[in-house]
Amino acid sequence: MRPTAVKTPPKEVIKDASMLKQKEMMARHYDRLANAHENGEKVASTFVPGNLNELVMCFDLVNNLPEVNAIQSGLRRQSGAYIMEAERSGHSEDVCTYVKSDIGMMAKGNIGPNGKKLPNPDVLLLSYTGCFTFMKWFELLREQYKCPTIFLQTPYMADGKVTPNMIQYMVKQLKEDVIPKLEEVSGVKFDIDRLREYLKKSAKAEDDLVAVLQSARNKPSPIDAYFGGIYYIGPIFGAFRGTDDAIDYYRFLREEVEERMRKGLGPVTPDGTMKEEKYRLVVEGPPNYTNFRQFWKMFYDEGATVVASSYTKVGGTYDFGFRHDPDRPLETLAEYCLGVYTNRSLPMRIDMLVNYINEYEADGLLINSIKSCNSFSAGQLLIMREVEKRTGKPAAFIESDLVDPRYFSAANIKNRLESYFQMVEQKRSGKGAAA
Amino acid sequence: MTHQTTQEIVARAQDLYEDLHFTAARKWKEAGEGRKVIGYMPVYIPRELIHAAGMLPLGIMGGGDNLEVIHGDAYYQSYICRIPRSTIELGISGRLDFVDGMIFPSICDVIRNLSGMWKMLFPDVYAKYFDVPQTYEDEVGGTFYEGEMKEFLHDLEQIGGRKISDDDLRSSIEIYNENRRLVRELYALRAESPWQAPASEAYLIIRAGLVLPVEEHSQMLRDYIAAAKAEKRPIKDNAKVVVTGMFCEQPPLNLIKSLELSGCYVVDDDFMLVSRWLIGDVPLEGDPIHNLAQAFLHHSECTAAKYEPDLKEKGQFLVRSVRRTGAEGVIFAAPSFCDPALLDRPMLQNVLKQAGIPFIAFKYAENSGQMQPIREQAGTFVDSIKLWSAA
Ligand code: SF4
Ligand code: SF4
Repeated sequence: MRPTAVKTPPKEVIKDASMLKQKEMMARHYDRLANAHENGEKVASTFVPGNLNELVMCFDLVNNLPEVNAIQSGLRRQSGAYIMEAERSGHSEDVCTYVKSDIGMMAKGNIGPNGKKLPNPDVLLLSYTGCFTFMKWFELLREQYKCPTIFLQTPYMADGKVTPNMIQYMVKQLKEDVIPKLEEVSGVKFDIDRLREYLKKSAKAEDDLVAVLQSARNKPSPIDAYFGGIYYIGPIFGAFRGTDDAIDYYRFLREEVEERMRKGLGPVTPDGTMKEEKYRLVVEGPPNYTNFRQFWKMFYDEGATVVASSYTKVGGTYDFGFRHDPDRPLETLAEYCLGVYTNRSLPMRIDMLVNYINEYEADGLLINSIKSCNSFSAGQLLIMREVEKRTGKPAAFIESDLVDPRYFSAANIKNRLESYFQMVEQKRSGKGAAA
Repeated sequence: MTHQTTQEIVARAQDLYEDLHFTAARKWKEAGEGRKVIGYMPVYIPRELIHAAGMLPLGIMGGGDNLEVIHGDAYYQSYICRIPRSTIELGISGRLDFVDGMIFPSICDVIRNLSGMWKMLFPDVYAKYFDVPQTYEDEVGGTFYEGEMKEFLHDLEQIGGRKISDDDLRSSIEIYNENRRLVRELYALRAESPWQAPASEAYLIIRAGLVLPVEEHSQMLRDYIAAAKAEKRPIKDNAKVVVTGMFCEQPPLNLIKSLELSGCYVVDDDFMLVSRWLIGDVPLEGDPIHNLAQAFLHHSECTAAKYEPDLKEKGQFLVRSVRRTGAEGVIFAAPSFCDPALLDRPMLQNVLKQAGIPFIAFKYAENSGQMQPIREQAGTFVDSIKLWSAA
């Protein structure tokens, strides 16, 4: 989810203080991870959606996220070679490139973003939330690492509601399977009060995160809620939710953003503060990581700010009111998993995007469709049409991949974006003429 | 007792297969006041529930290679498999306008998302995503699954306007037990003497079970098995193979025929798993919903759409299938862009390597036209198997 150790780019990249702080946290985490076994710590690999960091911490386990490692490989332009490596060893060209990047990285020595070898996981916490691929991905890792694998199924929110049967199922899995197995692997006894403490801290940071994301309602928006948003969600979608570090970071970030808002400033981009906010967009779908900065530049060069995105909800949806609740520790973990973006039905996803366009007064919707991600991509063309119909705002569709550089065509995307911005202009002047 | 030839029975099955207007199911519906039809997609749903509600479960396996997809492509990017777009085509073109509900089983994210799309596209038709447990302890996955089934049953009662009793369920279970027994008998016959019941015929016969009332289908199975046993057909010097990966989007019939033409006897497969998902009879005594759940948890087929909790068991179903049928190799045939099949494939292949079972792999689409490459690949495979066994 989070671009941290971006390889030092040729030109100096402008970063705000919160970004430096975030970078430092992530670097610290990767160091902890790399040295975990030397320091007598055990490592749990798990996924960003349905990431049970509070629970993982209850067992003194270090949280390792293969998705984030794949992103790091994408940003450092290594994923291409990893993917080829995996394909050479028999993986299909058609499947999720995160998986292949991870498998290729493993084959090539599992070197993390800090140049140190990542440890083999002591346990795979297969939190099956919102994506079918997760199940196969960890079956594949289990085959390699032969370590205990703990499975937690999150039922799909197909009818737009959480039923008691779903919650009971998840709580039972936690109680009867997940927690006892985590105790066994870690040798640490489960203490529900410890979990409550962490959950309390999660909620605090979540409040500030939501304030940051919602600052984009302001005009101009002080943040970019997609490209910038990816940095913001890093700590809370990863190993920091439930920690004091996260509380500090989000408080700090919020202050920074509120300060920018007072000053009427736009978002910070790698080339400095964005000058004029010409377009306000809502984006659906993950970004491309192999050409992340180039991709972002196509937006800020045109004065386009993303005011809300669905991708920043994959590791938890907080802006509709959900907070981790220390008074219902296991139920709240279940509700958290159920609510992540990719676990929401298509009609729910459409409602959410329509709501963003209206609330954030956006000019329209842009979908970045990821070639190898069925969870996001299957149905996006219908999403596009529905959102257009319901908001009367234009929508556009671009295609790329998360970490496979073969599917990033800068010229195509740029063309599409340019004609999209023209469309927005036309819509505006058309409206002006009609009024 | 009818005395039909295999040819006659297969011809009837082929007509049903080719009929994308589902005339048989339409006729069934028209034949009685208030009759309802519930469609379902691969890979498994408990059809007993629909049957017990007095309704016809109708399996929808996409449009195959005879359907011209005009609207469906506008709903899917090129990098998504074919079955959802041809299914949408069936819907939009009115071919499913007589269907009173659609069930989308939990098989992968494509079908999952399709359930939401269906709700938006056909808001007046009941559409349900049917979730199943991926954990198999009675108190955990079992309880959840019973809850899901009861919810479904409740919906069916609403649609049908009548209560469904335990006895209704028991008698449906009994009828489906019989059907599954016959399907397995056909598979056993195929494994034993594949020349008597070729895969392409068996495919059509099983496929007919998706559109016919189960009672009628069981009769068709009986007739076919009897006719196939009675006929003398020439034995070819073919190699016995197991085909895997075809559990969702279906291969064109021509693909199965091509495999046969290139020298394969397909003795086991994962076509239309719904027809034999539950292994062995579901008990009739006791709580029928509980019994169905137990069968699902502890006595059901393995496929990529399922989580395998035990590393040692991963892929063993394939090895067992090879041993049971006396197959000499495995053909991995998966729909293009099919995550479940393609992500599973390397693991299954590793298991086969360890067991010393030869295999090949290719991809297809339901509307693949060119069979030449597949025929060549399969032919070479057969030759190498023979060389190997002769050595
Ligand atoms: S398929 Fe999509 S959601 Fe699933 S792991 Fe891959 S990128 Fe993530
Ligand atoms: S063919 Fe594969 S990817 Fe496509 S819907 Fe079926 S299981 Fe899913």
